[in-house]
Amino acid sequence: MTGRRVAVTGLGLVSPLGNTVADAWSSAVAGKSGIAPIGTFDITGFAVTIAGQVRDFDAELYMERKEARRCDEFIQYGIAAGVQAIADAGLPRHPKDAQRYGIAVGSGIGGINNIEKTRSTLEKSGPRRVSPFFVPGSVINMIGGHLSIMYGYQGPNVAIVTACTTGTHNIGVAARMIQHGDADVMIVGGAEFGTSPTSVAGFANMKALSTRNEAPEAASRPWDKDRDGFVLGDGAGVLVLEEYERAERRGAPIYAEFLGFGMSADAFHITSPREDGAGGIACMENAIADAGLQPDDVDYINAHGTSTPLGDVAETKMIKHVFGKDAQVAVSSTKSMTGHLLGAAGSVEAIFTVLALRDQICPPTINLDCPGEGCDLDYVPHRARSEHLRVGLSNSFGFGGTNGTVIFGAV
Amino acid sequence: MRDTSSKSSDEQRVKKLNCEQLGVKEEDVKDEASFVEDLGADSLDTVELVMALEEEFETEIPDEEAEKITTVKEAIDYIDHHQ
Repeated sequence: MTGRRVAVTGLGLVSPLGNTVADAWSSAVAGKSGIAPIGTFDITGFAVTIAGQVRDFDAELYMERKEARRCDEFIQYGIAAGVQAIADAGLPRHPKDAQRYGIAVGSGIGGINNIEKTRSTLEKSGPRRVSPFFVPGSVINMIGGHLSIMYGYQGPNVAIVTACTTGTHNIGVAARMIQHGDADVMIVGGAEFGTSPTSVAGFANMKALSTRNEAPEAASRPWDKDRDGFVLGDGAGVLVLEEYERAERRGAPIYAEFLGFGMSADAFHITSPREDGAGGIACMENAIADAGLQPDDVDYINAHGTSTPLGDVAETKMIKHVFGKDAQVAVSSTKSMTGHLLGAAGSVEAIFTVLALRDQICPPTINLDCPGEGCDLDYVPHRARSEHLRVGLSNSFGFGGTNGTVIFGAV
Repeated sequence: MRDTSSKSSDEQRVKKLNCEQLGVKEEDVKDEASFVEDLGADSLDTVELVMALEEEFETEIPDEEAEKITTVKEAIDYIDHHQ
């Protein structure tokens, strides 16, 4: 660990398990699935017809109707999670030291649904009908743009884009900004609305998705022998990171301490994991070293655990390499319940990791009825489990072979 | 020219569009209200508003004409004269 200490002082969630932190976390601890038939477009002819979509979301709780109408859903979700997290941390609007407040919220894909809809408008009605809000309603850094305008935060404003590692990288890089002194408070995370028609078709044609359309709640089953791919999920997770002493001074609620961050690249294949797991291993080892810890110190891992045949075995191997063949560490995949939120996955799972540390409970891996070959860790199957948890680690591995690991400590 | 009842209904439609597009209250959409000064529109809002008028009234407003539409009344008058 270098530089100043970093606390987690606020959380916000929009997810298939609920549109507040309290709802989503209680669903996760109860082992509920958020996967259901896709309800946002006609799924006729699609090989995959299920996803973890956000339900009953009211954007007007967080922004004016006029603004909401002009933003892709991923922006709406990101703003909503950001507003929740900022309120949770008790941060002011337009603070005197506004330049010490920054934002790092990304997305894996961005406004693909808005892009698709606008392309249809262009074809049907011509270029004169393309909205002047098309571009600002679609580009990835607009969550940070909107939040900075709403709250007057004038510090660093970035949106790191690294596919399924987006959320994790935004957290880790922003924490470094606080450690380094660029900012005292960072609003961090990721958002995604990846269940647009083109996106679903594209992921389906990669053969990356589960086709268990007839049993949506059983479709995401990390490490189970009958797993057949991941399930797309939508939503956003945003955390408030804050310089530790400042958070203590102002009496902020401190959920956990941010302890370490690691990154690496596979340098292997655009979508497949490396067989020797070198990328994920380096990433976890870098994070553990950054935290000044030993592997034995880690009590809980919120795994990338997407429910793909190759990825689940690869991550298991990596964990064994880092933590030992007989690793005792509890490992679970909350994607079994949320599906894979792509650019939001890392931050949603970081929130679950932080809450696991707060409540001293490991959320479960649901649908893990019979572990597949090469999957023999303690995956906390079916039911949440109370444990003494001091340190929690969360992994993300993205297309392009980009990896990130963050580590949090109980307070 | 059109009869007065359809004229007043056009006026209602223009005002309703203003409310929807700019997110303002009906009582604020007075005839003399300026989109930018009174109704909080920015440059993108005004472009979108003109597009909404074109769509609602199935007409095409050339850019040089659109630039002259800066108040609620100017919008109503334009529609009134080009229907």
